[in-house]
Amino acid sequence: MRQPEPADPPTAPAQDGSAPAAERPIYDRGDTVCVVGAGASGLAAVKNLREHGFDVDCYERETGIGGAWNWRHDRSPVYASTHLISSRPLTQYPDFPMPDSWPDYPHHSQLLSYLERYADHFGLRQHIWFGTEVVRAVPVDGGRWDVTTRSTGGHGAERTQRYAAVVVANGHNWAPKLPTYEGLDDFRGTVIHASAYKDAAQLRGKRVLVVGAGNTGCDLAVEAAQSATTCWHSTRRGYWYAPKYVFGRPADQVNDAVLALRLPLRARQWLFHRTLRLTVGDLTRFGLPAPDHRVYETHPIANSQLVYHVGHGRITPVGDVVRFHRDSVELNGGVEIEPDLVVFATGYLPRFEFLSPEVLELDAAGRPSLYLNAFPRHHPTLAVAGLLQPDSGLFTLVHWQTVAIARVLRLRETAPQRAAAFRTRVVAGADQRWNRARLKESTRHWFEVSHTDYLRAVQRTLDELEPSAR
Amino acid sequence: MRVAEWARPVPPVRREVLAALPEVDEGRPPVLFVPGFGHGAWVFAEHWLDRAASRGFPAHAVSLRGHGGSGAAPKASLRAYTHDVVQVAASLPRRAVLVGHGVGALVVTHALARYPAHAGVLVAPVLGGWGTAGTALRRNPVGTLPAAFGGRLRLSRRQLFSRRLPDAAARAYAGRLGRAAARAQWQVLLGRPAEPAVGDPPVLVLGSPDDRVVPLPALNRAAAGYNAAPLLFPGMGHDLMLDAGWPEPIDAILDWLEKDTRA
Repeated sequence: MRQPEPADPPTAPAQDGSAPAAERPIYDRGDTVCVVGAGASGLAAVKNLREHGFDVDCYERETGIGGAWNWRHDRSPVYASTHLISSRPLTQYPDFPMPDSWPDYPHHSQLLSYLERYADHFGLRQHIWFGTEVVRAVPVDGGRWDVTTRSTGGHGAERTQRYAAVVVANGHNWAPKLPTYEGLDDFRGTVIHASAYKDAAQLRGKRVLVVGAGNTGCDLAVEAAQSATTCWHSTRRGYWYAPKYVFGRPADQVNDAVLALRLPLRARQWLFHRTLRLTVGDLTRFGLPAPDHRVYETHPIANSQLVYHVGHGRITPVGDVVRFHRDSVELNGGVEIEPDLVVFATGYLPRFEFLSPEVLELDAAGRPSLYLNAFPRHHPTLAVAGLLQPDSGLFTLVHWQTVAIARVLRLRETAPQRAAAFRTRVVAGADQRWNRARLKESTRHWFEVSHTDYLRAVQRTLDELEPSAR
Repeated sequence: MRVAEWARPVPPVRREVLAALPEVDEGRPPVLFVPGFGHGAWVFAEHWLDRAASRGFPAHAVSLRGHGGSGAAPKASLRAYTHDVVQVAASLPRRAVLVGHGVGALVVTHALARYPAHAGVLVAPVLGGWGTAGTALRRNPVGTLPAAFGGRLRLSRRQLFSRRLPDAAARAYAGRLGRAAARAQWQVLLGRPAEPAVGDPPVLVLGSPDDRVVPLPALNRAAAGYNAAPLLFPGMGHDLMLDAGWPEPIDAILDWLEKDTRA
């Protein structure tokens, strides 16, 4: 793979009429590390970099922390009734537990208060520049980065500062992925992406078609079952719907008890199938299609209520959407339905607008090439935090991932040879999948990792990067 | 990998937390005191909490489950006690200093591996192992032997306090002591040592050369684990926070926090 040339300094005049970028002074921030975003991943990055002795400037385009979990933010996908789909112990940061008086699956407002307490507890806010978005991050000589920022919304002058390293934590659940269908533009009903759904009032009294069988799609179908007059749920294939509780325990905790046995994947899949057969039963009886894959081969769906509402006739499972007509939607098999509202719960795509595509080696579809979903091949002072879709909560993974990032950056100063050895591994291992199951190919599974496989890999990296290790 | 933490989380329990807060918040780190086996938060509420607060440190003390005013937990393990400490520490507004006394110090070493504390202080630490049991059996066989079979550990007031503490007070304090869960007592002897502390916090070890529970070599060993020597307070018993002369150790801890950790 060709080593990308360092990008030329930008020379175009700034849009706001301030001095052209090339003429603007560049403020050298010395050994300070720049973190982009103050959501769950950015906060973990700031905290762990600080813990490793780095000065940090974190830029957050919103006026508060929390990223996706702050419902006040433009880009937040959460809606009024969002609850966690992974239980508390599998969601929290490993060094900052959620109160054990909280429910197994906390509400999104509790999660935001948790992140706010995390930021206050570890004194992170003083390192965050709120209302500031990163416009460009350009590699320059010596592995350093010129980061250009301006106030959110494009007001005010741009400002460029030079950093020792950049940690990108801008999230990957905010740029909606919208499908294209024949006739969609002419459809007279309302079409929204799930990211625009905020409250059940949007569904009340309507005939709703929810497209997509991710956790959001299933949650929205359940919402519609309770508020809308009619709810169709369109899925491309059959899925395994795991209940949130099995044997009276959160299902993910039971799953981890099985994982602890270190059984082969096939045995775990067999056990999971048996458990679902015992607890949820045969879903084809409810009119749902049979899964065309084994469990662990798609992102797990945790929803206890979907089957319940299907059984009550409040949700009608339907096949894939074929095309849109002016007043109706045509489904597989020639069936036509007439929804007032179509909700595309079709996921999100990552976006890194402030980096040129070759920096993360984005492919044509926009997928970056990274080791451990964090380290790009050709930029040792750049890392991406939280670009993970785990079969558990994210925070534990992003905590250890950002510890690894901090150790790598520290090792560059204290033991350059060991840092170079790690680079060899990065170059060789980019694009490796951290999942034993063979996943269905789709953008939804770009960043899918098994939390145990991934954490074991991060553990090996952390051992390798241990400051006292030889 | 912490599969046990994920698959079998410690069940919640009502926790007693006593606190003394400074009149003006000067931004100093909160101090969380963790009592040892049989002791409750009250042992710090007697003198140390107010002393710490008067010097500007928000001071808190937790009763481990099954102790003091916390909920009953006859089957508690060291993991559950550690969980209690980390839960309270994480609930405080700022990164806390963890101060553990006796077996509470062992619990604190486990908590330091789970929570990046501002600093750690081990007061007359009982860090486990057979040496601890040997000393206790030699000095107080009647009180110790039942614990070896899952019974209650009874420390005599001469082990806990110096002769400078009036008899009535010593008897009253000793009478308030409870007991730890049998399983946790076993784990003190047989359990694995704590993982390294996260966040590399500074750790202070202090005790008394006249402690009849933790002998001087054990104090030296504990301090050597943190590349330091212990701070010693001659003439005091094991319960430094209740004994006559209690102001000296707490003042030394607060002085150290102010100087060495730039609190």
